[in-house]
Amino acid sequence: MSDAVQLPSTILRIPRLGSARSLMNALIGIAALLGVWWFGGFIVENDPDLYAFADFAPAPTLERLWEMIVSGEVLTMSGPSLERVGLGLLFAAAFGVPVGILIGRAPRIHEVTNVPFQFLRMISPLSWMPIAVMAFDTWDGAIVFLIAMAAVWPILFSTAAGVRRIDPAWLKVARNLGARPLHLLGTVILPAIAVDVMQGIRLALGVAWVVLVPAEYLGVTSGLGFAINDARDTLDYSRLAATVVVIGVIGFALDAAIGQLVKKFNWVRATAH
Amino acid sequence: MAMTLTLSDSAAQGTQDAPRRRPAPVGAHVAIKGLSHAYRRHDGKVLDGIDFEIKAGEVVALLGRSGCGKSTLLHMLSGLTHPSEGEVVINGNTIREPSPKWVMMFQAPSLFPWMTVAQNAALGLKFTRRNDQIAKRIPEILDLVDLGAFADRNAQELSGGQQQRVALARSLAPKPEMLLLDEPFSALDAFTRRNLQRDVRQIARDLGLTLVLVTHDVGEAVRMADRVIVLKANPGRVFEDTVITLSEEERSGGSDEFQAEHSRLMNIYSQAADAPGEATETTNDFTQI
Ligand SMILES: Nc1ncnc2c1ncn2[C@@H]1O[C@H](COP(=O)(O)OP(=O)(O)OP(=O)(O)O)[C@@H](O)[C@H]1O
Ligand SMILES: [Mg+2]
Repeated sequence: MSDAVQLPSTILRIPRLGSARSLMNALIGIAALLGVWWFGGFIVENDPDLYAFADFAPAPTLERLWEMIVSGEVLTMSGPSLERVGLGLLFAAAFGVPVGILIGRAPRIHEVTNVPFQFLRMISPLSWMPIAVMAFDTWDGAIVFLIAMAAVWPILFSTAAGVRRIDPAWLKVARNLGARPLHLLGTVILPAIAVDVMQGIRLALGVAWVVLVPAEYLGVTSGLGFAINDARDTLDYSRLAATVVVIGVIGFALDAAIGQLVKKFNWVRATAH
Repeated sequence: MAMTLTLSDSAAQGTQDAPRRRPAPVGAHVAIKGLSHAYRRHDGKVLDGIDFEIKAGEVVALLGRSGCGKSTLLHMLSGLTHPSEGEVVINGNTIREPSPKWVMMFQAPSLFPWMTVAQNAALGLKFTRRNDQIAKRIPEILDLVDLGAFADRNAQELSGGQQQRVALARSLAPKPEMLLLDEPFSALDAFTRRNLQRDVRQIARDLGLTLVLVTHDVGEAVRMADRVIVLKANPGRVFEDTVITLSEEERSGGSDEFQAEHSRLMNIYSQAADAPGEATETTNDFTQI
């Protein structure tokens, strides 16, 4: 608690306006990112060897981005990607949540499945690519499979951890009050783990969104990954950079939306005891 | 606290003005027959040859030092655990599974933190497909435990004592025949604990419920029970089965009669606690006063 530590923080702090301060800090962060981007563009522009890539700079990119938004191109290219990610997450949750509950409830199943699942989890989802291509008739099917393979582990493990944290007394109380197994599931287990499931889905979305772009380099002719690949092949660098921005913004927005859901499902209140 | 006093004050007045008429007991009659229990991961028997009956509407305290098997015995009464030998017969039927007719209350209230007070209290009715009774019964039962004003609060926003009262309401809502309490007040401050002890005894008597209460607090046993069963440990056996003959006023403490009962019970309790590990059959001298 020395003055040396306290002084800078008192200078930076805008008193009694917590949200205004955090907004301000967020804006500072965004400005810094733009600054670094602009500086990179500035160097590229002034280097004769790199001049061809000058369209990566903020000004041409943002100009192009605006055109793409107005023309509806942003929607056309992100629509299929969102659909693939959504489907992948859906399959991942459809498998991960029930299996996670089983693993969390039955120590035996946990012991049997732990090594295989940890092993599979450590395999980069993209290494399934050749198998996915062989196993699925359509490129879309293969991409959804890859996303699901990436997304299933965080959902499964987070669900199982949530179930293991359930207070055994809740189950005892519920059984004593006449709860049948379906009651236990619907009234105790699912509400208790809703936060953990949402947190798992949030992590899964992060991984799925990362896997999406390389997965869409596969055969398909739509989606954000395809757009990146296509722009590179046609040397359309402002379009490439604008697509990168779109990927970042959508990913950020989805994460923030699920973050809100996590908050909504979180039943823990601040209490004094 | 004021609210708790209102409930119990009116109850206390009832006993002073006229002898309170007790309703015909709806409570369960319990017979414990040759009950013994050994846990898989525990050497030797935890309970050995327990045999006693509990009358309908009786308030019985199981008293004994830590580890003598009180909670184990209570779990068997609730049907949540099965004895290795012997049986528990309630109203003529051997119990094999838990039932909302005999509800257990634990040291921790274990409320469901994502639910309101009213939703917590309604669980028993919901599980037993009596949803149609919720609208009428839950406000009644919350009033009974003085939490009417808290119905729509989140369960976590209540104090420890209030939470324990919600747990009581949750246990009472499905109209049980027997309430099994496992040291439900031990985490509360002395004042709240006294009030709840009085209220719970009063509610059980008013409703005619059988009440079985586990405690290692001699004062609690004297305040609440019609009859105290003192257990000794290693293995858990009945050491003494004794009746508490105090009027409702005397139970609030302070009187000489209370002190006398307290000392008498404390004496038995100490003897039980000091009893040698592998006891002989001489321990069953029933001294009923
Ligand atoms: N699940 C279990 N597995 C193995 N042993 C157990 C188990 N539960 C309790 N025991 C043992 O059985 C004995 C009785 O336990 P019990 O919880 O019934 O005691 P208690 O009288 O309720 O004690 P306390 O007053 O401390 O709550 C103890 O020696 C305990 O170690
Ligand atoms: Mg106990």
